[in-house]
Amino acid sequence: MLTYLRKRIISSALPLVVVVVGVFALARMTGNPASLYLPLNATEAMRADFIAKNGLDQPVIIQMADYFGGLLRLDFGTSLRTGEDAAAMALRAFPATLQLAAMTMVIAIVLAIIVGSAAALKPNGVLDRFASFVSMAAASIPDFWLAIVGIWVFAIYLGWLPTSGVMGAAAWVLPVATLVMRPFGALVQVIRGAMVTSLSEPYIKLARSKGATEYRVVTSHALRNAAAPALTVAGDLTVGLINGAVVVETIFGWPGIGKLMIDSILQRDFAVLQACVLLTALAIFVLNIVIDVGYALLDPRVRPTAGARARRKARTASIDSPPAAPNETPVPAAAGANV
Amino acid sequence: MMEVLDRQTRDTSTAKAVLAVDGLDVDIRTPSGTVRVVGNVSFTAYQGQTLALLGESGCGKSMTAKAIAGLLDPVASVAGGTVQLEGRDLNSMSPRQRREVAGPGLGIVFQDALTALNPVYTVGTQLGEAFRIHRGMNKKQARAQAIELMRRVGIPEPEVRVSAYPHQFSGGMRQRILIAMAVALGPRLLIADEPTTALDVTVQAQIMELLRRLREEEDMAVVLITHDLAVVAEEADDVCIMYAGNVVESGPVATVFSTPTHPYTKGLLESVPTHAVRGDDLSSIPGSPPELKNIPAGCVYADRCPMAAAICREVRPELRPSGENQFSACHFSESLRADPATAPAGQAVASTQHEETP
Repeated sequence: MLTYLRKRIISSALPLVVVVVGVFALARMTGNPASLYLPLNATEAMRADFIAKNGLDQPVIIQMADYFGGLLRLDFGTSLRTGEDAAAMALRAFPATLQLAAMTMVIAIVLAIIVGSAAALKPNGVLDRFASFVSMAAASIPDFWLAIVGIWVFAIYLGWLPTSGVMGAAAWVLPVATLVMRPFGALVQVIRGAMVTSLSEPYIKLARSKGATEYRVVTSHALRNAAAPALTVAGDLTVGLINGAVVVETIFGWPGIGKLMIDSILQRDFAVLQACVLLTALAIFVLNIVIDVGYALLDPRVRPTAGARARRKARTASIDSPPAAPNETPVPAAAGANV
Repeated sequence: MMEVLDRQTRDTSTAKAVLAVDGLDVDIRTPSGTVRVVGNVSFTAYQGQTLALLGESGCGKSMTAKAIAGLLDPVASVAGGTVQLEGRDLNSMSPRQRREVAGPGLGIVFQDALTALNPVYTVGTQLGEAFRIHRGMNKKQARAQAIELMRRVGIPEPEVRVSAYPHQFSGGMRQRILIAMAVALGPRLLIADEPTTALDVTVQAQIMELLRRLREEEDMAVVLITHDLAVVAEEADDVCIMYAGNVVESGPVATVFSTPTHPYTKGLLESVPTHAVRGDDLSSIPGSPPELKNIPAGCVYADRCPMAAAICREVRPELRPSGENQFSACHFSESLRADPATAPAGQAVASTQHEETP
């Protein structure tokens, strides 16, 4: 597990640096913050003073070196807008995004399992066709359009729900409903496909030949096998929610990291923008590890080979020489031997 | 050959019929219409004996097995006939009654053990499943049963291996596990659907021996589906030869192999290479089986049959007695029987044993 983590960290470090460098350079191309933060009638001297104070007179490469130097000391810079620590601002906004993403994914996964499995029971049946239509529609509706129509119908016309904000459960309904659509649609299709495949596998017949009920066949055998491919897609979709709920957060005034990012770009608040990017990248890194571990739990065939585990156990045993627990060594060397 | 005859001398008249299939028809729905893949198949399997369903790929033998076990794909359905397991008609049972029979009444061994075992569960979980379903055992009890079963089918270190996953076993071991699952609840009938096809020759022999031992221990009827003449000669008491979804000849193995009364059986036996000389052509049946979509109206074998006459293309021959306990679906079974030149050597098949795979 530690080897795996070390490998993961090393292979993720380079993309992370590239992302930060890219964001750093691109953000500075949008223009000079001085023209935003100083009054219109500011003198040249005031401008020069502001620029020098924030280090913006240095060449970009020097600024970048300073920034990375700061990162090593866990100094993420301060916000131009509020003077606050950039990392603190990003961390404060993040839980709102995570809560939204978690709520969205839980609902999308539960609904998709029900609809996808039901559709797979009778391929090309009425239910399957209906589910296919609904999931296609859900996956292709643009979220900004749905958000705006949702606000118009439920918040303005009917007045049932608030237009924006995070106050009370009602405020969650529209943002979650909007965000659920795409993961739900995509997952229904993945789960339906995986279920059709696994339901036609011989092991389903074997389960039936043991007298298993239809419910047991579908849940314990088919769904359990369909879970691994679904997990991969669900992971990708969650990544999309963690860094990509920008539009929906902006429309609903949801104080999450997406909205903070947009505000920082508009305000040329470079340090905050970079802190947000770093934080989401870190979250995605952690999420990918969770997905990998989850995948290995769901599918024993991708777990570290039993042989490797046995060898490792033998090694630790020779160092500490504890008695090996009998039920934890499922792999005699005969694993590959024939009858 | 001697062994075959020995087994044949056992008194079959007192043996108890476990499975009686009568006039079984199976249809498959395709976009271009319904296709009859199994037509009017009848046979009986007796307690403690092995009945072989022999035929080429696509002749309907696996479909027959699935129909008996109630495991047909959704596109296929039983269109006629009865399947009786110890006197109870399986086809008229409710799904619930059917589930109650699946396991204690009837076990099935599938062809490819790798795809037949669920990859995400340990073999212990899968072996124990039958006990949890039918005997209401808890996990611990089921696991103990699984270990016992693994020991019975000859898997070394069962206490350890019970926690391993199917992909961690060799092909032969996986097949043993599959067999263990099928016999877990001591079924009256075991259907083995080409249980050795995916295995190499030495392992095949061990698996067949295991099946034979379990048959004797449990005193169950075995329906063995195979395309291997040598396996039939060695393992089976009775044989049903299938062609294009129909039974063309049936009877005790020794009788059928020594005096075949159907030209297809004869062709099959002659195509077994025995004392082939280098350079000689191997004997084979010309042509290929008909597409199930356009089965001829007359005899299913007429297109390839060297004896085909006008009547063969018009009237489908019924399965009629052609010898002692022997049945043949051929208009000319009597002349085949009468002409000694047509009888190929049954010994040849028995002596080649596992060396050939048609």
